[in-house]
Amino acid sequence: MPTVTMTVNGKKVSGEVEARTLLVQFLRENLHLTGTHVGCDTSQCGACVVHVNGDSAKSCTMLAVQADGADVVTIEGLANGDELHPMQAAFKEHHGLQCGFCTPGMVMSAVDLVKKNPKATEHEIREWLEGNICRCTGYHNIVKAIQHAQQTM
Amino acid sequence: MYAFDYHKPSSVADAVSALKGADDGKFVAGGQTLIPTLKQRLAQPSDLIDLGGIAELNGIAVSGDTVTVGAMTRHAAVAGSADVAGAIPALAALAGGIGDPQVRNRGTIGGSIANNDPAADYPAACLGLGATIKTSAREVSADDFFTGLFETDLAEDEIIVSVSFPKAEKAAYVKFDNPASRYALVGVFVAKTAGGVRVAVTGAGQDGVFRVPEMEQALAANWSPDAVAGIAVDPGTLNSDIHASAEYRSHLITVMAKRAVAAAG
Repeated sequence: MPTVTMTVNGKKVSGEVEARTLLVQFLRENLHLTGTHVGCDTSQCGACVVHVNGDSAKSCTMLAVQADGADVVTIEGLANGDELHPMQAAFKEHHGLQCGFCTPGMVMSAVDLVKKNPKATEHEIREWLEGNICRCTGYHNIVKAIQHAQQTM
Repeated sequence: MYAFDYHKPSSVADAVSALKGADDGKFVAGGQTLIPTLKQRLAQPSDLIDLGGIAELNGIAVSGDTVTVGAMTRHAAVAGSADVAGAIPALAALAGGIGDPQVRNRGTIGGSIANNDPAADYPAACLGLGATIKTSAREVSADDFFTGLFETDLAEDEIIVSVSFPKAEKAAYVKFDNPASRYALVGVFVAKTAGGVRVAVTGAGQDGVFRVPEMEQALAANWSPDAVAGIAVDPGTLNSDIHASAEYRSHLITVMAKRAVAAAG
């Protein structure tokens, strides 16, 4: 079986995986980082979004072997100890979640947006969330949370 | 997903020989179509040859009147390239409208056109601008490259190296996308180029992307939305499915063509 080595949340990790192992399976089942969720499993919902070499990506649509050597950040890697990342704090403050299932992917996607386009308009934020589906909130509070994080990040 | 052997060659030549050495090998580029296909067990390759480790396939170069995009260049890189936006703004805009941000961070131009999904965006840009596709074996024009639904002129062991787009005097792409999948129900790319006017339609044709000569002639005589307003593509040549009837697609082609000409200015 292939061995993969990557940096996950700043820590070097490696493991033996079957070539067909998805990145999300490696994160959840090998590393027990279960904050990254699998929602639709068909590349549409975005619950599995993580950062790979600084870009948001759907970890259910990537093989673990494709991430060999990569720098991966998951939702567990955002907070600084007990201090929430500004995006996480903004989601909490603005009630940008209800059931919370989509939240890890939403937050990771939103962090990528604010890094790349710090002054994104409301319209641009909504367009960016194209690949993240939330069935609870109607998105309004998620957008408000991201607008708030634009000030605090 | 069925099991397969994984290879990550670092040159085009090694990738070609890895495929030749496999029983039933398949190249993977960004994987945004192939991995979902594998997950659904709709394909069972013996070997997967990842093109992600081949540096020469990545990058954007603008030289003279040509924009050349390496096959493994991500959609997000094309969308965000100031060089592409300066040379062919319609191409940058098209890339920025594919799928969603995460798909654009992984998906590649080579993967898109090699797959030739009848609802993909890039085939419309290639055909609409009259691009040249450079492969591991030869150069082929977009007119000859796209041969049918999910079919191209590529041989099994042939790899796309880059796509060269000539600059256009005017160009625009407008699509009506499926609200769930974001694939184009109908997308129309119009361009006024040194070689004449070109109109390419994706999302609608029974044989995939196609040109509309009647619209091209009308626009050559009069570059305005009105020139194409009365031209309809025969629904008998178009797809009908749960998303839209052939008649509706025919209607959308005319509407998208008008909007594209208006957007091109």
